[in-house]
Amino acid sequence: MKILVFIKQVPDTDDVKLDPKTGNIMREGVASKLNPLDANAVEAAVQLKEKYGATVHAVSMGPPQAEDALKKALALGCDEAYLLSDRAFGGADTLATAYTLSLAARKIGDYDLLLFGRHAIDGDTAQTGPATAAFLGIPQITLASSIDVQDGYVICDRVLEASSQKVRARLPAAVAVTQEINTPRYPKPINIMKALKKPRYVWNAEDLGADTSRTGIPGSPSSTKELLEPPKRNADTKYFSGSAEEIAAQIADMLHDEHLI
Amino acid sequence: MAKEDYRGIWVFAEQQNGKLNDTVLEILAKAQELKAHTGEDISAVLLGKDVRPLAETLFAYGADKVILAEHDALASYSARPYEAAMTQLAEKHKPSIILYGATSLGRDLAPRLMVSLKTGLTADAIDLGFDQDDVFYQTTPAYGGSILAHIVILEARPQMATVRPMMFEPIQPRAGASGEIVAETVSVEPDADYEVLETAPKQDTGDAIEGAQVIVAGGRGIKEETDLETLRELASLLDGKLAASRPLVDNGWLNHDKQIGQSGATVKPRYIFNIAISGSVQYQVGMQNADCIISVNHTKGAPIFDISHYGAVADYRSVIPALVEEIKRRKA
Ligand SMILES: Cc1cc2nc3c(=O)[nH]c(=O)nc-3n(C[C@H](O)[C@H](O)[C@H](O)COP(=O)(O)OP(=O)(O)OC[C@H]3O[C@@H](n4cnc5c(N)ncnc54)[C@H](O)[C@@H]3O)c2cc1C
Repeated sequence: MKILVFIKQVPDTDDVKLDPKTGNIMREGVASKLNPLDANAVEAAVQLKEKYGATVHAVSMGPPQAEDALKKALALGCDEAYLLSDRAFGGADTLATAYTLSLAARKIGDYDLLLFGRHAIDGDTAQTGPATAAFLGIPQITLASSIDVQDGYVICDRVLEASSQKVRARLPAAVAVTQEINTPRYPKPINIMKALKKPRYVWNAEDLGADTSRTGIPGSPSSTKELLEPPKRNADTKYFSGSAEEIAAQIADMLHDEHLI
Repeated sequence: MAKEDYRGIWVFAEQQNGKLNDTVLEILAKAQELKAHTGEDISAVLLGKDVRPLAETLFAYGADKVILAEHDALASYSARPYEAAMTQLAEKHKPSIILYGATSLGRDLAPRLMVSLKTGLTADAIDLGFDQDDVFYQTTPAYGGSILAHIVILEARPQMATVRPMMFEPIQPRAGASGEIVAETVSVEPDADYEVLETAPKQDTGDAIEGAQVIVAGGRGIKEETDLETLRELASLLDGKLAASRPLVDNGWLNHDKQIGQSGATVKPRYIFNIAISGSVQYQVGMQNADCIISVNHTKGAPIFDISHYGAVADYRSVIPALVEEIKRRKA
């Protein structure tokens, strides 16, 4: 079985600055990490490999520094890493990103299973997985909270708003996993060492045969036009003050007036 | 084709087992405002089997037209047949805007249409409108800090977005409203490669925060896990539920189903207490429509106070235990 797992490097904090012109994150000097949900996807891939045997290929689109996320994926048990890096990929929205990822999937070829984290914590669109599946014309399972492979099918539990489902999709298929699916392992020092010897590839637009009018900013139909302050909704907040006991008494009075106690 | 030639506001009328998702009615309400600006008709796009009776509800809640595609392969949701049907309909009618609920189904389907229609899709919009340049925008919380972003799809059409549930109030149903049903034939096949094997209603653990009337939420300012127990006690004294902002879920103190906000639950309780929560936009989108917002935070300028009806600039470690004692005393 050949598993591709798509990962993203994200800032290691919520406290980042935005470029006021483009609305893009200013990554300079911000520590980064492997997107937590993608760590779940890597863990799911490695568990399937341990159970059934597989080769696991980690793929990331990003600047050269995204190598770090790929090295981590290798240390966690992936076999090969592919960094998709080119100026022509920068500023991509989810359409351009999924286009680029789908080209990499095609170039790696013969894939059985594509794994994604449900969403990236820095963007939260949850669109890249299904959009990549659409580019490849394969079925998808989103919100997967469990995963198994049997007889050419991937079988997952899904947790929805009011129900849960068990579904199956014939391979090749794409699966986007939730945090509940597993607890990612920590890389062992020995595996971090070994990871350095595993194959790592860097592919640019030309390597992928990408049409650069469909990647990066030119390939992105959506963009940020404006950043703004959220509206203030209650200028007339009523404040309680005094000692802790006095504040508690005033809150209790309010709760009493509202018939809550 | 020029972008001006795309006309009409579409709302994907998500239904399962013949029941419309509430979000459809919420988006139809917002679509009235968009219509007031552009003068374009609102069409609800209804896919399924034997779903025609739902058209009446869609008209009552603001649809001018219902585009109806019924087919065995659409009887229950599956991504690829729905993608095929929606693509055919959109290519034929060329709407300017397509809106989907940011539900599990909407977020499964819409990205595939982004690809098939080669257009933009804004995820999880909390508001929609037209700006000073007459450009249709979708509001989303921007990454980091208390900032919102206006996302736009300048050239590609249709302009698409998934819209967060519980952001808008449905309009009062218009009694006896009617409209045109445009019945369409779509060429789709059941997905032989995708199958739902089992469906079960979600188990009610009794502490779900969705639907709770009173919520006590704790944030990163909560110093000890034991302090959370005091918040839980306050919640139970008020017949409410305990919830949290994201940091307390990330650090493992509470499960993800207790998280309020953009990447968590949207709640609309009568009362919400925000304890040691700063009030990031990502948190606010999950709770800003609560009837009564009460916040305790020791920082005077915390943004949470901007949306609070009641506030106390104080240390929760003294106020909350005092409040628990006070309520117990009054109840005794
Ligand atoms: C894509 C994306 C999605 C996100 N989704 C969510 C989401 O769904 N939900 C969510 O909550 N966040 C979400 N976030 C994170 C969000 O940006 C904030 O980081 C988070 O909401 C902050 O949580 P907080 O208010 O509890 O913590 P902080 O912002 O750290 O605030 C802690 C507050 O506690 C107060 N405090 C500290 N000690 C005391 C004390 N002793 N007494 C009283 N007050 C005290 C401080 O004054 C401060 O205001 C998301 C971020 C991104 C980028």
